[in-house]
Amino acid sequence: MTPVNTLIAKELRCFVVSPVFYVVGAVFLFISGFLAHLMVVNAGQQAIRFLQMQNTYAHLNLNELVFRPIFHSLGIILIFLLPMLTMRLFAEERKLHTMELLLTSPIGINEIISAKFMSVLLMYLGLLGFTGLTPFVLSFYSTFNIDPILTGYLGLALQGAFFLSCGVLASTLTENQIVAAFLSFGIIIVFWLMGGLGSMLGDTTLGTVMSYLSFVEHFDRLVRGLLEVKDIVYYLSGTVLMLFIAHRVVDSHRWQ
Amino acid sequence: MITVQHLTKRYGTHMAIEDVSFDVKQGEILGFLGPNGAGKTTTMRIITCFMPPSGGTVHVAGFDCLEHPQEVKQRIGYLPESPPLYQELTVTEYLRFVGQLKRLPPSRVPGRMAHVIEQLGLGSVRHRVIGHLSKGFRQRVGLAQALIHDPPVLILDEPTIGLDPKQIIEIRDVIRGLAGTHTVILSTHILSEATAICDRVVIIDRGHIVAEDTPAQLSSRLRQSEKISLTVKHPSDNWRERLSTIPGVLQVIQGATAETSIIEYELGQDLREDIAQFVVNQGVGLLELKPLSLSLEDVFLQLTQQDENPAHVSNTAPSSHPSSPVENQA
Repeated sequence: MTPVNTLIAKELRCFVVSPVFYVVGAVFLFISGFLAHLMVVNAGQQAIRFLQMQNTYAHLNLNELVFRPIFHSLGIILIFLLPMLTMRLFAEERKLHTMELLLTSPIGINEIISAKFMSVLLMYLGLLGFTGLTPFVLSFYSTFNIDPILTGYLGLALQGAFFLSCGVLASTLTENQIVAAFLSFGIIIVFWLMGGLGSMLGDTTLGTVMSYLSFVEHFDRLVRGLLEVKDIVYYLSGTVLMLFIAHRVVDSHRWQ
Repeated sequence: MITVQHLTKRYGTHMAIEDVSFDVKQGEILGFLGPNGAGKTTTMRIITCFMPPSGGTVHVAGFDCLEHPQEVKQRIGYLPESPPLYQELTVTEYLRFVGQLKRLPPSRVPGRMAHVIEQLGLGSVRHRVIGHLSKGFRQRVGLAQALIHDPPVLILDEPTIGLDPKQIIEIRDVIRGLAGTHTVILSTHILSEATAICDRVVIIDRGHIVAEDTPAQLSSRLRQSEKISLTVKHPSDNWRERLSTIPGVLQVIQGATAETSIIEYELGQDLREDIAQFVVNQGVGLLELKPLSLSLEDVFLQLTQQDENPAHVSNTAPSSHPSSPVENQA
């Protein structure tokens, strides 16, 4: 087992025994399940209304009525939940002085950061996997287009990875987990609000830049089923940038 | 094995250590001694590649700390001031984790784990979660962590801090047992500890090395006269003046109580017999007569209390407290 795999395994072990993970997981899955329920009921009522008015079965678009709202809501809920998963990663190592163990082991800072990031990403993707139950169950009772669902999940995965990298960065900045959680929450909110500001400014240069920097537009396109390289590049570069800054922060601790 | 040359570390404008140089030979136990804030931890952190120096070089087993940090890190077992423990792991899980992290070959992991658990007496707690262990066990797990990959070099930052006397002796025995096969640097501000385990001592104060020698030579080098503590039952009025009439006596001063006197005479002489004869003849009731050796405490105080000229030793009274292995814990 290489040191990186060892570290990933240890982080996964810590998540599995951590009550925080179970609370976050339960809340996330409850919300996604509840949303799915609401949306399906809503779609059913629309179908009944359609039947009464037109006296014929309507071809309901489940992608538009069920999945798109769920993806949109989950994308926002991640802002509040994911900081809880990342807050521990580095803040606790500093608090318990175990950072000293990691930094004096034959393993680089980039390996430490990628191992921590990979472990939390795996946990998140595991949670996300459970929400796949909704499309799976619905596929028995209805037909819908699978492509927008796949891009929607890609969007959630990429958006989650980006939020988690913001959280990793926040966690390197402090040894207090609560502060780390709020800090990553703050960083993500700034990216969120940039989207609103961008659309307010409209077609000006600043507006375009703001909109591009915010995840809102990119996520929206993926949820609508549009697979564009620039959106994927946005998420990947944002994630790498956050992890790179985290690397610099950890490195700078050694000098203090 | 370890060569430290002209090491300097600045924190902003504050000089933590300045121009520190020393060598540690293969198999030697070096005590790194100094008051709190003298720069012990800083020096150790630089040797372990935890932090880079502002100037100077460190070589461990021939590898430069800045150029080949991974090679150096793999050869060092490090116990920081507060043991780096994950509260939620059990002792065996933790040791396996550290062993793998230190690139111990997988086939050697179980054997090394069994060995350090045995060596540090962790058998009874091996399946317990570290967060539930007592301070003494945690410290031992910390030491086990430093030993797990069988490193040729060990850097131990105050390994016995916070332990009870029995545990201190056990840990010291473990460290003593490493001599010869392992090169150890051990920091402490407990002087008796350095006397008890170290082959050589480096005394550091305010970022500078003020002395470097074996504990025995340090105290003899700084000793300028022999001293004897004498306690009698009924000292007469001018008892001390009468004592100073004994040929060879340089000075007589009062000891801890009125009945106790400290008699100072020239280095190389032995006046114990003369003094005993004199006291018996006077009929004052001899209770105790014992030679005082300059303990490392005295050496240490002499060296660290001088601002300008650390090499010069003033004539300070030696303490009358012989060092026991555990007395300075409080």
